Amino acid sequence: MSPLDHILSGDRPRSRILALLLIAAFVALAFAPFLFPGTKALGVASRICIFIVLAASYDIVLGYTGIVSFAHAMFFGIGAYGVAIALNWDTSWGAIALGLLVAIIVSTLLAAAIGLLSLRLRALFFSMVTLAFASFALILASQLRDITGGEDGLTFSVPHLLTPAFRLLSQPFLGVRIDGRVVTYYLVFTTATLLFLLMLRIVNSPFGRVLQAIRENEFRAEALGYSILLHRTLAGVIGAVMATLAGGMLALVLRYNGPAASMSFEIMVDGILLMTVIGGMGTLYGPMLGAVLIVLAQYELQPGLAALSALVQNVPVLPRLINPDRWLLWLGVLFVVIVYFFPNGLVGRLRKRG
Amino acid sequence: MSCLLETRDLTIRFGGQVAVNAVTCAFQPGTLTAIVGPNGAGKTTYFNLISGQLAATSGSVWFGGENVTGLGVHQRARRGIGRAFQLTNLFPHLSVLENVRLAVQARSRAGVDLFSMATSHRNLIEQAMAYLERVALAAKSHLPAAALSHGDQRKLEVALMLALEPDIFMFDEPTAGMSVDEVPVLLDLIEAIKRQGDKTILLVEHKMDVVRRLADRIIVLHNGTLVADGDPAEVVALPVVQEAYLGVRR
Repeated sequence: MSPLDHILSGDRPRSRILALLLIAAFVALAFAPFLFPGTKALGVASRICIFIVLAASYDIVLGYTGIVSFAHAMFFGIGAYGVAIALNWDTSWGAIALGLLVAIIVSTLLAAAIGLLSLRLRALFFSMVTLAFASFALILASQLRDITGGEDGLTFSVPHLLTPAFRLLSQPFLGVRIDGRVVTYYLVFTTATLLFLLMLRIVNSPFGRVLQAIRENEFRAEALGYSILLHRTLAGVIGAVMATLAGGMLALVLRYNGPAASMSFEIMVDGILLMTVIGGMGTLYGPMLGAVLIVLAQYELQPGLAALSALVQNVPVLPRLINPDRWLLWLGVLFVVIVYFFPNGLVGRLRKRG
Repeated sequence: MSCLLETRDLTIRFGGQVAVNAVTCAFQPGTLTAIVGPNGAGKTTYFNLISGQLAATSGSVWFGGENVTGLGVHQRARRGIGRAFQLTNLFPHLSVLENVRLAVQARSRAGVDLFSMATSHRNLIEQAMAYLERVALAAKSHLPAAALSHGDQRKLEVALMLALEPDIFMFDEPTAGMSVDEVPVLLDLIEAIKRQGDKTILLVEHKMDVVRRLADRIIVLHNGTLVADGDPAEVVALPVVQEAYLGVRR
């Protein structure tokens, strides 16, 4: 077995175009601070890394296990609040660790509770219950003002190593100042890479194979002696813990957390769900690609439309249609077109081509 | 003789309909028992009660001296109750090999191994291939299960049960819908299991020639009730069996 198979757990992209896209994305992210200097670009790159973990973790739940849960942003939010509340209380690495630990415990318990419900409730009702969990968490986050900062959220300081004032090197490297932002980025990039590879390993493990068997034919998997409840719940917990870690990274990068930043339904639907479905469920690489595309669209579609509408400003109607304020409309159109033409997502389509 | 499996007053009602009515019966190791009866007699329902897909209204199922009536399907499977389904029940988009590998893995209890690669468990794959060879499907191991012919899917169904290495083999019309030249492979397979001598085999079958060839004992279900039980030659001669079979045979 080649070393590459060891790293990718034997799960290769199985499409030349997909492989090239993934390599391009990985290289661009690995050297982002040098290829795309500037605070905004670094923010976009961090967000892509974080959402790759988040969307991939949702894929374990939705794509590999077939559980339609709307509570995934809740776990993301729990991670972000865990770190935010801890750092708001004390600016130290210990606080970050403690915040993450508490968040992981809370997420694990909630995910286990939701998993147990999945046995009792059938698909649609189960999805509605997850929606109720998510709503409840969102209400708690915006109402418990003393702890979460309510709608305004929490702004906090991070340990010195991660602050823009910190200098790792006294001289710029390749023309880029290696400050706390760059350190933060590489912390996020490395963590995201490791978590993604870990998830790739999990879905290709004996456990992951059972998840796929359950998704294919639950009745038969049970008759072979597999406990549906155990495997479903464990998959839900793994997905939730990964989302929690992604949320923790988000808080560190933003040095802020509020309901809209991490826990809202926009994150759930426009973010997690869209990325997973557009990219291709049950592939892990799909959500990775989806995260790159959607985050880029969220940041670049608006300026792109602005440039485009400036170009055609003398043409009637057209400039209004592609007015930058309409970017959400065009994102929606893009989504519908992709789902319509590629029902198995981009990765499904690319793999079919061989 | 000690019995491995026993049902005591096993009953299930669907609304007013009694599908299985107070069936008390014990099954010994080393014996192949054929369960016969007309369509709708409750044969498959009786199987579902034993393997756990249905919960009994009253009565109990005992396996190896343990009351398993309250256990779920997967718990009974782990204790050694193997079942091949009447309607083919596979993982259609997974490969033939992966179908069997999952069954081997279920027995190895590696199901919650999260951090190794499934492909690194060579022994599971080798065992799975061995079962595929027993049902003459080794050459098709890479195909998705859905791409197999009906007959081959039936064989794969049986391979899944073999791979679980159960103490009880429950065959629910294993040859149904198979072409004439495919049937012998399956019957030879059942005979081979029988020759091991320590396995308990239950067989639901409509074809009386198959039953005569394989059965050590026949029980007859009629409207959910056990109406006859005994030596094949005796049971086949009973008027109630003649009547039941003349009623359904075309």
